Amino acid sequence: MGERTRSRGGLEMNLERRLLIEQGGEGHRGPELPACDVPARPLAELLPGARLRAELRFPQVSEPEVVRHFIELSTLNHHIDRGFYPLGSCTMKHNPKINDELAALPGLALAHPLAGDPESQGALRVIFELQNVLAAITGFHTVTSQPSAGAQGEMTGLMMIRAWHRARGEGERRRRVIVPDSAHGTNPASVHLLGWETVTIPSNDHGHVDLAALEKALGPDAAAVMFTVPNTLGVFEKEILDVTRLAHAAGAQCYMDGANLNALVGLVRPGDLGFDVMHINVHKTFSTPHGGGGPGAGPVAVARHLEPFLPVPVVEEGEGGLCRSWNRPQSIGRVHSHHGNFGILVRALAYILENGPPGLARVSRTAILNANYLLRRLAGTYELPHDEHCMHECVLSGRNLRRYGVKTLDVAKRLLDFGVHAPTVYFPLIVEEALMIEPTETETLDRLEHFAEVMERIAREAAEDPQLLKDAPHTTPSRRLDEGRAARELKLRWQVPGSTPSEAPARS
Amino acid sequence: MSFVGLGAAEERRMLEKIGVSRFEDLIGAIPAEVRVRGPLAIPGPLSEIELRRLFGGWARENAADRAVSFMGGGVYDHYIPSALQVLASRSEFATAYTPYQPEVAQGTLTSIFEFQSLICELTGMEVANASLYDGATAAVEAALLARGQTGRQRVLVAGALHPHWLAVLRTYLGEDHVTVVSDRAGQCAPEDLQTALTPDIACVIYQHPNFFGLLESPSAIHALAHERGALAVACCDPIALALLEPPGRGDSAADLVVGEGQSLGIPPSFGGPYLGFFACRMELVRRMPGRIAAETVDRDGRRGFVLTLQTREQHIRREKATSNICTNQGLLALRATLYMALLGRQGMREVAELCVQKSHHAARLAAAIPGYSLAHGGPFFREFVLECPVDAAVVCRRALASGILPGVDLGRLRPEWRRWLLVAVTEQRSAEEIQRWANALAAAAGSK
Repeated sequence: MGERTRSRGGLEMNLERRLLIEQGGEGHRGPELPACDVPARPLAELLPGARLRAELRFPQVSEPEVVRHFIELSTLNHHIDRGFYPLGSCTMKHNPKINDELAALPGLALAHPLAGDPESQGALRVIFELQNVLAAITGFHTVTSQPSAGAQGEMTGLMMIRAWHRARGEGERRRRVIVPDSAHGTNPASVHLLGWETVTIPSNDHGHVDLAALEKALGPDAAAVMFTVPNTLGVFEKEILDVTRLAHAAGAQCYMDGANLNALVGLVRPGDLGFDVMHINVHKTFSTPHGGGGPGAGPVAVARHLEPFLPVPVVEEGEGGLCRSWNRPQSIGRVHSHHGNFGILVRALAYILENGPPGLARVSRTAILNANYLLRRLAGTYELPHDEHCMHECVLSGRNLRRYGVKTLDVAKRLLDFGVHAPTVYFPLIVEEALMIEPTETETLDRLEHFAEVMERIAREAAEDPQLLKDAPHTTPSRRLDEGRAARELKLRWQVPGSTPSEAPARS
Repeated sequence: MSFVGLGAAEERRMLEKIGVSRFEDLIGAIPAEVRVRGPLAIPGPLSEIELRRLFGGWARENAADRAVSFMGGGVYDHYIPSALQVLASRSEFATAYTPYQPEVAQGTLTSIFEFQSLICELTGMEVANASLYDGATAAVEAALLARGQTGRQRVLVAGALHPHWLAVLRTYLGEDHVTVVSDRAGQCAPEDLQTALTPDIACVIYQHPNFFGLLESPSAIHALAHERGALAVACCDPIALALLEPPGRGDSAADLVVGEGQSLGIPPSFGGPYLGFFACRMELVRRMPGRIAAETVDRDGRRGFVLTLQTREQHIRREKATSNICTNQGLLALRATLYMALLGRQGMREVAELCVQKSHHAARLAAAIPGYSLAHGGPFFREFVLECPVDAAVVCRRALASGILPGVDLGRLRPEWRRWLLVAVTEQRSAEEIQRWANALAAAAGSK
């Protein structure tokens, strides 16, 4: 490969990535609007005293220009409908197409969140049913679907834990949260946002939590332990029941980061492991589209004793059907403008019902099988930090390629040349040159073989022609991008040609 | 229904290669006493035909399936161009992940950069991020930024902020840290802010147009905040910003402009997913939460885009991050970008003007119906509060019988507002529909 064989469609019109603002011209416009059919009056009369803007320096482009621009952009993206996306912990799996259609049904898509309960029975039914099936899947008492994303779910769960400690008179004392060193970055960030402190405890040589370190950290100031199950090394902690038992004995609550729920559905329920609260990333386990980085949704499941603290409103069964209840004096309050990312919740419920109990169990089973297959298949080529069976994802290390001057980042970039997205790299932080691979149940044996062969080929290339990897990618729409320059120059928006950019606003 | 492409024979081959005799050997670490025995207690599996029947039934149970809507309160029934729907539904955008490998994510990154650019132009600010969850959490993040920047803990909120946003602010910041200055006849009186602006106030948060649809006096509010060393946070509707002077410009400018982007081509969808937008002065960029796309070049010197300043983010900085926010609302940011592109310079302005003309027309019709009057006197954009002769809930119930959702019953939010109907009229409502709405109001007035 290399310069000689690069083929990037040199006939593209938009070769230099012309932006919208650099296209079109005076008088180009998109869809027309209807003429004003009510008696019009001068704006100055309708909005007395209002300061109106002189100009709006938006692009002037026609519908065909917009369509071509975005279709061209679309061809530059890797996406799960096109190819393998082995991003560990992100669970990039197939998004069933019917789910999008159901979410777009006019009765659901046009439902207004401030409509009354009698006018919203169908929408409330979706929320209520989803909360019930999520409670059944996770083994918790009840669920709120209000949080918009996993990180917001974490905040919500931690706030409920704080409210519980406060209700017991221990709110001032318990302000430390114990988090393993393999945790996702959102965990400590959420703890910090709450004004609490993170206590990091190390993992042992097998990638498990060090129980002695946990016991030492648990004290009268511990508010919670926060664990990811299976952990970010892809391993199910054998001693997880001891973790939750020890934490409870010390008066702390147990929070489960549900990012890796795809490994557990139908096999084990987090509520049965002794956890008090968990969040569920529905875009991961329940297959709602990732949308180029969102929207997700982060329902939170809680044990019975935390139920009084749920965010308002709570959807419940009343005399005249389903209703939204605000009458909850111990509630932590509201965490979203309305009822969370409802359109995403519709898709998640559809996915769960499509699969049913046998389908969901098969999803987890296949995800685990696929990950273990890749782990064994690649164990001779890349290093295996911990030689155990994994759950739905596995962590390998590229440190054996360092002798050729090749980094894991180079392996990741080279993979892009083969139509495969790169795995998650350099996470978890406790593994050197980490490659975190999550094939999910979507991938067939054929695809896994292809990926394994490509990974083997890249390892060979590292020994034979390391420069090839360092220069990668070669065949992608862009070549390696200069991230340092982006951070130095900070060009964060277009500058409108032919006019002075509105720089620093005047301060009085 | 199955989304798995693996047969029993393949499974056996794989287990053999892994070196175990049965699947259960792989999950030996899960304690036996907590293993799920038997099927989960949930319904299914359902075929596509059954799913359509089930969800179709639920969809029809919502009034939205058949009624003409005059509801607003932060969520509006604006027209969504067909091309937007087609482009935003493309798998290439919808099923992609966060663009952490920019070489194969230029579609997403370029569109984020365009989104940031358009939001900057709309708000008059220097920098915008790639979006947050919704308007309420954008206001929370603005407050958190102001706290970090000023070292002060409390925030001051002008009374006519969306009550739900206020509730979210209180959840995140704590009751004690949020002070509300009551409105006067629906608007914020800047002189009332003056006394409340104590030295521990990090920022003043106000909405413009506010929850009742009324315009505020941005410059006066900004000037007061700055005088006391606090930041000024404007919460704005993007359609209104196509017409009004943006708070980021002018003789006294806001430090942050945030808001709910639902009106930019996103359906009401019972509350979400929506789009929080967040823009600020360049000076604050390193405190800004969320993702930011930046222009750069690739190895061949060609223009390209990457996520930048990632060292502010939780996956790098962990507890030192500017925010715990991880996901953004990427697909909604794309929808907003498509909306702003398709409407363009002229269309955006036309939508805003149609909203003003039609809502004022509706208000004139309603005020002429015996028993009804406008609750406030100030200038309003797209939305106004109607004082009803009976409870707004009664008006809503009666109007629904003639296929009209006549507005938001504000009694649902506060008991003392039970006679108030918040009415929004967008470019979607025809003169004929507005007349039917007025007739329904007249009919509803007669019933107790």
